[in-house]
Amino acid sequence: MSVRRLAPDSVQPASFAFSAENKVWLAAQIAKYPEGRQASAVIPALWQAQKQAGGWLPKAAIEHVAECLGMPNIRVLEVASFYTMFNLEPVGQYFVQLCGTVPCHCMGAQDLKKVLKEKIGHEHHVSADGKFSWLEVECLGACTNAPMVQINDDFYEDLTAETLAKLLDDLAAGKPVKIGPQNGRSKSEPKDSIKTLLDGALYDGSKVGSWQGDFDARVAAAKKAKEEAAAAAEKKA
Amino acid sequence: MLNDQDRIFTNLYGRQDPGLKAALMRGNWDGTKKLIEMGRDWIIDEMKASGLRGRGGAGFPTGMKWSFMPKVNDGRPHYLVINGDESEPGTCKDREILRHDPHLLIEGAMLACVAMGAHAAYIYIRGEFIAERIALQKAVDEAYEAKLIGKDNKHGYPFDFYVHHGAGAYICGEETALLESLEGKKGQPRLKPPFPANMGLYGCPTTVNNVESIAVAGTILRRGAGWFNGIGRPNNVGTKLFCVSGHVNTPCNVEEAMGLTFRELIDKHCGGIRGGWDNLKAVIPGGSSVPMVPAEQIIDAPMDFDTLRALRSGLGTAAVIVLDKQTDLVSAIARLAHFYKHESCGQCTPCREGTGWMARVMARMAEGRAQKKEIDMLLDVSTRIEGHTICALGDAAAWPIQGLIRHFRHEIEAKIDQYAANPHSDPVPVAAE
Repeated sequence: MSVRRLAPDSVQPASFAFSAENKVWLAAQIAKYPEGRQASAVIPALWQAQKQAGGWLPKAAIEHVAECLGMPNIRVLEVASFYTMFNLEPVGQYFVQLCGTVPCHCMGAQDLKKVLKEKIGHEHHVSADGKFSWLEVECLGACTNAPMVQINDDFYEDLTAETLAKLLDDLAAGKPVKIGPQNGRSKSEPKDSIKTLLDGALYDGSKVGSWQGDFDARVAAAKKAKEEAAAAAEKKA
Repeated sequence: MLNDQDRIFTNLYGRQDPGLKAALMRGNWDGTKKLIEMGRDWIIDEMKASGLRGRGGAGFPTGMKWSFMPKVNDGRPHYLVINGDESEPGTCKDREILRHDPHLLIEGAMLACVAMGAHAAYIYIRGEFIAERIALQKAVDEAYEAKLIGKDNKHGYPFDFYVHHGAGAYICGEETALLESLEGKKGQPRLKPPFPANMGLYGCPTTVNNVESIAVAGTILRRGAGWFNGIGRPNNVGTKLFCVSGHVNTPCNVEEAMGLTFRELIDKHCGGIRGGWDNLKAVIPGGSSVPMVPAEQIIDAPMDFDTLRALRSGLGTAAVIVLDKQTDLVSAIARLAHFYKHESCGQCTPCREGTGWMARVMARMAEGRAQKKEIDMLLDVSTRIEGHTICALGDAAAWPIQGLIRHFRHEIEAKIDQYAANPHSDPVPVAAE
């Protein structure tokens, strides 16, 4: 467990309310769950509130979500403090989450950490221009593309100290950046040596329905065996 | 190597369009109506005969799990909940299904719902997978639009599919914690019994399955239990997505037959070990929660549930983390101990206090700042956490440390010796600081 507390009162905004657009969005979310189970929408609602509030979750937003969902404040507060993707303190415009768990740890996450410390400062610290802050987090689930970071909503994978430094510089300068692997790979395939899924017949539609003949034969054979067994049992009786 | 024709996830690398039109060309949603019309018992029998074991880590037979749902509906709705929380370090296979082969998953969910008398499926995707969530929602919208799913669809079986997400808690991968989270609470595991099949989501009969277990269902039913059962080794059959990370030349995800050897897996798909086979030190073969296996034991071992269990480890999620001889194993496991401390939900005392204690001791051992007698104390404490908690997180925190001490005790001792050989002014703190 980690200790997570609300930000000090000095940085808390006085009030929070969902925008008209988000209210419509929330109603659609609540509709996913059975009648009376609107509490199920609490995580999506808090997430949307965090987005609207600029990347972190003020106390007023937690209370507003509780009001929208008809839940006691404390139930929403305990959800907000339990799940680590809710930032209880302000973050930078680009919020960098560095994966530090074993596969990334062994592939050079420590080097990336140095870059972040150098360029942004210590963990949780928002840079003076408000653009960056960073945090070491636990496994983000892109392990074959280690090491990696998540910046706001997007994954940047297969990083080195140099490519991460360049990525941060490009973001600071407002230049467009490429989401995903930064080493020329496309997704999670073996780089430059794909040996599987090369058969064109998988994709041209020629296999559609080809299973049906075998399938019908199998079903018919099973039916026949069942009938024969039933007949044999009847004879015995 | 597995033949391309026998692969289920034909768009694993996203080289084709994940959209419905291309998915239909790949044979998704092919004859689904015919399969549904075969009926609930046929689907369950076929899944049982296929020998599919759950792909989320525990390896419980999927067909049998489906058969636990009540046969007669007592007025409460039945639910299928798909576990897409994928937070086990090393694992990144469900992500590829969600973003590249979403229609296989939606179709599989529909077939599973038929088998368990459910008309609604929820998928719980980990919060960090934002692009993946959007990709899946797009596919769901397409399926509704094409009337493949929905209240009134062309398959004649009312079925709704809802996308839900978490917000960064490893523990929500545990099925009952996931249900708590889906109900809008903190993700703290429930005591079992009652089991979810009787009392799950909203107190209704529920089955929780991994994304991969559900996504393979359509292809298994089409091609037959015999086809799936014929791949691999007895009791460990079918194809499996392997996620190979760490010190190999080309880390990747790949679908392979169960039971191929570690050497084949690495040589065929991952370009060999970094620095050659002699440079291999240890492998964590099934996600961070399973104990590591030293090189000489795993090199020619078949990658399947039973073999790895015999090596006192496990296949888990088939997330293979390869560690070469340059790796500082003590520091790697210390980082893992920190992970479990961070992710303990705080409900059971042995886990809440024990994971923190083990993480602190491991952090000191990674520096060598410890006593040798503490190694046995650590082992002893780990066995007092293992098996004494509501869920398996306590076990998962204990096993990697036990694996390290079992096979690489000498490395911890060497660190302690090295630290002790150099003069230090600071006193050695006691363990429970």
